[in-house]
Amino acid sequence: MIEFFTTTNLGIALLILGQCLLIVVPLLVALAFLLYFDRKVWAAVQMRRGPNVVGAFGVLQSFADFIKYVLKEVVVPAGADRFVFFLAPMMSFVLAMIAWSVIPFNDGWVLADINVAILFVFAVSSLEIYGVIMGGWASNSKYAFLGSLRSAAQMISYEVSIGLIIIGVILTTGSMNFGDIVMAQDGKGLLSWYWLPHFPMVFLFLISALAETNRPPFDLPEAESELVAGYQVEYSSTPFLLFMIGEYIAIVLMCTLISILFFGGWLSPVEALPDGIFWLFAKIFFFFFVFSMIKAITPRYRYDQLMRIGWKVFLPVSLAWVVLVAFFAQYGAFWGTYARWTVGG
Amino acid sequence: MSVADFTFYLFALTTVVGGFFTVMARHPVHSVLWLITAFVGATGLFVLLGAEFVAMLLMIVYVGAVAVLFLFVVMMLDVDFAALKAEIAKSLPLALLIGVILLLELATIFGTWQFADGAQAARGAVTPALSEAHNTLALGRILYTDYILLFQLAGLILLVAMIGAIVLTLRHRPNIKRQNVIAQMHRDPAKAMEVIDVKPGQGL
Repeated sequence: MIEFFTTTNLGIALLILGQCLLIVVPLLVALAFLLYFDRKVWAAVQMRRGPNVVGAFGVLQSFADFIKYVLKEVVVPAGADRFVFFLAPMMSFVLAMIAWSVIPFNDGWVLADINVAILFVFAVSSLEIYGVIMGGWASNSKYAFLGSLRSAAQMISYEVSIGLIIIGVILTTGSMNFGDIVMAQDGKGLLSWYWLPHFPMVFLFLISALAETNRPPFDLPEAESELVAGYQVEYSSTPFLLFMIGEYIAIVLMCTLISILFFGGWLSPVEALPDGIFWLFAKIFFFFFVFSMIKAITPRYRYDQLMRIGWKVFLPVSLAWVVLVAFFAQYGAFWGTYARWTVGG
Repeated sequence: MSVADFTFYLFALTTVVGGFFTVMARHPVHSVLWLITAFVGATGLFVLLGAEFVAMLLMIVYVGAVAVLFLFVVMMLDVDFAALKAEIAKSLPLALLIGVILLLELATIFGTWQFADGAQAARGAVTPALSEAHNTLALGRILYTDYILLFQLAGLILLVAMIGAIVLTLRHRPNIKRQNVIAQMHRDPAKAMEVIDVKPGQGL
């Protein structure tokens, strides 16, 4: 039986399919509850009660919404490019899912253990722009088009600084594999994680992640007060659902990336406690909470302010940081903290 | 047919079909989308060759940035397609002529191509075995040791091109309202607001 799954082509294909399902299904179920949690946090900040009707305390609200979205009629606007119109939400959803194939959940628990994992995630997240641009263009609507243009400019701008921050982490680790990046942070618990040596970059990454995923305070592509709902305005029913799920999965992915790159992934914060998948989930959940709180308490940025921060503040700072880290790594500053590949072998 | 063969034909077919429809598509936006399909196919081919780093760079640079900007520009164009089609028909003979000449030139070069005696061995020598160093490490070593001058020169050329593009497009328009962010951040309620007690029936 084991031989069938490791040697024959069909067996390997079935095994990979099973592993994919093992990631996708729990992710989607977890997302349903994270969406509920997001709305509850938002409601609590605004002193509302939030969803509280479906199920105990409203925990099943997301499932009710799911059924509602699926059963609604799909409306295609007149003059829309039908093929691209339906391709856009699917791309948005599928690309958000693909990135999870290289994320390790525990030591060795990863679907595709590739050398260039971090570049793969970066590449896939840079492709997520297409869902937005294509959706906005194919809708044949001014508002949707303006939203997609904003989104494209915004995501390209912030990708640059995310890329430079990631280079700092790669320099310190000496590898682009997520497993290696996490294991390089092993040692003295909380203190050997990358948040300490890369301290300013943690915040830059968090803010860039907000801009990259179109979350408030940078949700200009869907600014409802000026653009109605931006690129999603013409979407209804299941295509809209796909857009929304894709967006939220991208947010959870960014939370996971912050946990893995700067907060030790599945490593436990105290040396005495065992490492495990639980820690990764706790960290993801914490950063999702941070994202929700930021959404609740910050006002929206103006577009020129957003661009100014991206190009005139984040880009120079992260570029200078890469040079600084390169120097630290080369000359073994701070007891080799910045050149962990020399210590670990 | 093994799995590797199958994936090769899949990606090769994607690339060729993508390239074909890039030229043939009626709408420029569809052309760019087909171009992206071709890029993704090429990425797959690079992965099959074991050049994972180059594959990911192709994905990030071409698909993630260059094609986005293409799409950006093409979406905003307002082109009259009927007129464009007539233009194409008019200059078709010239285009065909150029195409044939290029093809003949390529064929000539390919027919007379000669390798130096040690060329193949010299090329093999700089590539370490996969067990010694993975793709990215090997590429980095070659780029930053043997080919450092060429690498830096390429960077310099790109820098010059970038500065040139900025200089060509930068123009200072005097009659527009500009935002001064520093001044905006240092505003406070005392300076920006005035509370006036309006008497009923009088107005201001």
